[in-house]
Amino acid sequence: MAEFIAQQPLLAALLALAGLGLPFGALLGYAAVRFRTEGNPIVDQINGILPQTQCGQCGYPGCRPYAEAIAAGEAEINQCPPGGEAGIQALADLLDVEPLPLDAEHGEESERKVAYIREDECIGCTKCVQACPVDAILGAAKQMHTVIASECTGCDLCVEPCPVDCIDMLPAATGLGAWHWELPQLASRNVEIIATDANPKQAAA
Amino acid sequence: MRKLFDFHGGIHPPENKHQSLSEPIRPAGIPRELVLPLSQHTGAAAAPVVRPGEQVLKGQLLAAASSLVSAPVHAPTSGTVSAIEERPVPHPSGLSAPCIVLECDGEDRWVELPAPPADYRELEIPALLERIRDAGIAGMGGAGFPTAVKLTSGTHHHIDTLIINGPECEPYITADDSLMRERAADILEGVAVLRHILRPREVLIGLEDNKPEAIEALRHAIGDQPVEVVVFPTKYPSGGEKQLIEILTGRQVPSGGLPADIGIVCQNVGTAVAVRDAVVHGRPLISRITTVTGEAVARPGNFEVLLGTPMHYLLEQAGWDPTRSGRLVMGGPMMGFTVPHPEAPVIKTSNCLLVPTEKELPSPPPAQACIRCGLCAEACPASLLPQQLFWFARGKESEKLEQHNLFDCIECGACAWVCPSHIPLVQYYRAAKADIIQQRRDHEKAEHSRLRFEARQARLEREEAEREAKRAARKQAAEKRAQAAAAEGGEDPIQAAIARAQAKKAAQQQAPEASPEEKAAAARQAAQAKLAKMQKRLADARAAGEEDKIVTALEASVKKLEEKLASLEEPTA
Ligand code: SF4
Ligand code: SF4
Ligand code: SF4
Ligand code: SF4
Repeated sequence: MAEFIAQQPLLAALLALAGLGLPFGALLGYAAVRFRTEGNPIVDQINGILPQTQCGQCGYPGCRPYAEAIAAGEAEINQCPPGGEAGIQALADLLDVEPLPLDAEHGEESERKVAYIREDECIGCTKCVQACPVDAILGAAKQMHTVIASECTGCDLCVEPCPVDCIDMLPAATGLGAWHWELPQLASRNVEIIATDANPKQAAA
Repeated sequence: MRKLFDFHGGIHPPENKHQSLSEPIRPAGIPRELVLPLSQHTGAAAAPVVRPGEQVLKGQLLAAASSLVSAPVHAPTSGTVSAIEERPVPHPSGLSAPCIVLECDGEDRWVELPAPPADYRELEIPALLERIRDAGIAGMGGAGFPTAVKLTSGTHHHIDTLIINGPECEPYITADDSLMRERAADILEGVAVLRHILRPREVLIGLEDNKPEAIEALRHAIGDQPVEVVVFPTKYPSGGEKQLIEILTGRQVPSGGLPADIGIVCQNVGTAVAVRDAVVHGRPLISRITTVTGEAVARPGNFEVLLGTPMHYLLEQAGWDPTRSGRLVMGGPMMGFTVPHPEAPVIKTSNCLLVPTEKELPSPPPAQACIRCGLCAEACPASLLPQQLFWFARGKESEKLEQHNLFDCIECGACAWVCPSHIPLVQYYRAAKADIIQQRRDHEKAEHSRLRFEARQARLEREEAEREAKRAARKQAAEKRAQAAAAEGGEDPIQAAIARAQAKKAAQQQAPEASPEEKAAAARQAAQAKLAKMQKRLADARAAGEEDKIVTALEASVKKLEEKLASLEEPTA
């Protein structure tokens, strides 16, 4: 053995490398099959950030298709109005790109709404039931329909198909339950973390 | 002497407690109207069981607990329910919330209470908890968590220490202090009930050393009961649940955990009295002790006030001068909040109404830049890094905030109090907490919607697949039948059907080529029917005396039809 290495150093090195490479290659190949991840993890992660309103304002038929388009590099990250700035920020963090302002072409960020059917005007046509992406509308043919508010995502898709225009989009939550503390306002907003870190606008003034 | 521990940080703000301690507890009396919010506690709002116009008696149930974490509301005096409507409630938002409004009749007649047990020790523990729940007791120290829920979770753990929270560390407030001075025996009766429920190894009543009278009264009332009064040096915020536990036992509640996790339950002294009233006397929670203080009242002190009493009524009992007070604070100067409407009611958690003059408690000066002095970190009783949290809160970096244990912040305000730059730090934390909770909720909701959306997609696909399968099955069956028929030598049913269809079509095409006589006959019949109808209309019009124009037009039509009929009849005639 030692003799062979001494006589044929190059060959010995090649053999040694091949001897290492084969089993590891086999191991990796096996692992790739054995531990294959189902689906596309990056799409799932993007989809996990999107608000799942399923409204289609982004130009795709639902959040998942949009997630797929982002993952494929076909769409910008700023096309989802319900997700708003916070959503864009989260996407930018995930994909490690610069956050962009929301693309106004796709709509504006607005407060969350929920659909409300004026029940005495409903004719029971079931058109809204078919339009709702999350099965939030309850009703049968020729019966009055109603929206399960806790399931409604406020996507607006049921409003247009209603032939008698009896669906209103109302603000989702108001009153005490929806109230929360805001960051301090005005004067106190000018606080800088360290004194030398002065606000450039103020410094100029 | 037991070994005492210390918690990190803490501050010594001016106490200002003597003002409200010069007089014993006074009854506040019965106002003209009581306003009882349905949500005076943490958890789901209670559901009203009375209707406007109904007569109710003192202690009668007005609204029942609507879920596990909820508390009922009872009538604090007798009278008429005048409305159930939105009224301003004591809440930092200044918003309104549903309230039961009670027009008091001044007679203060009690409803017939369920007879209290001769000896509560003979009752099962769940029955005792039921009584506490039905009495509507919610933590009276300020947080307002339903007491029965806390005790129930306590019975699920092995509790070795019951701590009665009596430091009342916040400046100005003396409600618990006066209760301990004047009603020590009641407190101990309540403690005995709690002891019976939780069966702890030891019971400690924690107090700061600035309340010698209360300490004396409690020690006197204890007698030979296995309850220990533990006195420790005054320092804010020793009344914080986690801080008090650390002082008394040296143990720390894990971040995000509950005291019950380490075998400890804390109850406020006011809550102990309410438990005693509920279990020993069968009385629901309808009043509480509230401190009224500040330089804008002439006679500050502690009042026994009916829940739902409008704050301005209570303030007037203490000689309030609205022109002098800058603002109305519920709670103390550190953790309280400004109430914009003095008509808001006193609720189960109102331990203090503070009406300071502008000089006494000036509005905070404008915030300056953070100078990184680190005083806030030294003061923080939760061992957090307030300036770091402040930075992250401004940048809305939720992940970092959580990593730095924002949710361990008890919002005590010690950091903001020491900050030389007057940065309203606590406000940042409150906003950041609310923001993160909202984000979590949104995320849960999104996840839920996603599942529903995917379930719907799957259902639609399944339905489509089923339809497709049915179609395929039908086609296959037809083909099979055809093959079978062909094999038998008979005619192929599909071919036969096609042939039948073709035959029918051919027949239809032939039909129009009926004989000219038939055609003429059909046309004649149609014309005759039309004529008859027109004649009838003409007769009707004449009978009804219609306008000449119409009658003439009808006559013309009849004539035309007659001519047409005649021309049709000619060929055969
Ligand atoms: S706009 Fe946003 S919420 Fe609407 S479908 Fe597209 S990704 Fe979903
Ligand atoms: S009810 Fe209407 S608005 Fe709500 S999710 Fe369904 S379709 Fe969208
Ligand atoms: S408010 Fe929060 S951060 Fe500030 S001192 Fe108190 S516990 Fe610490
Ligand atoms: S006390 Fe105020 S100035 Fe000092 S480090 Fe903390 S936030 Fe900054």
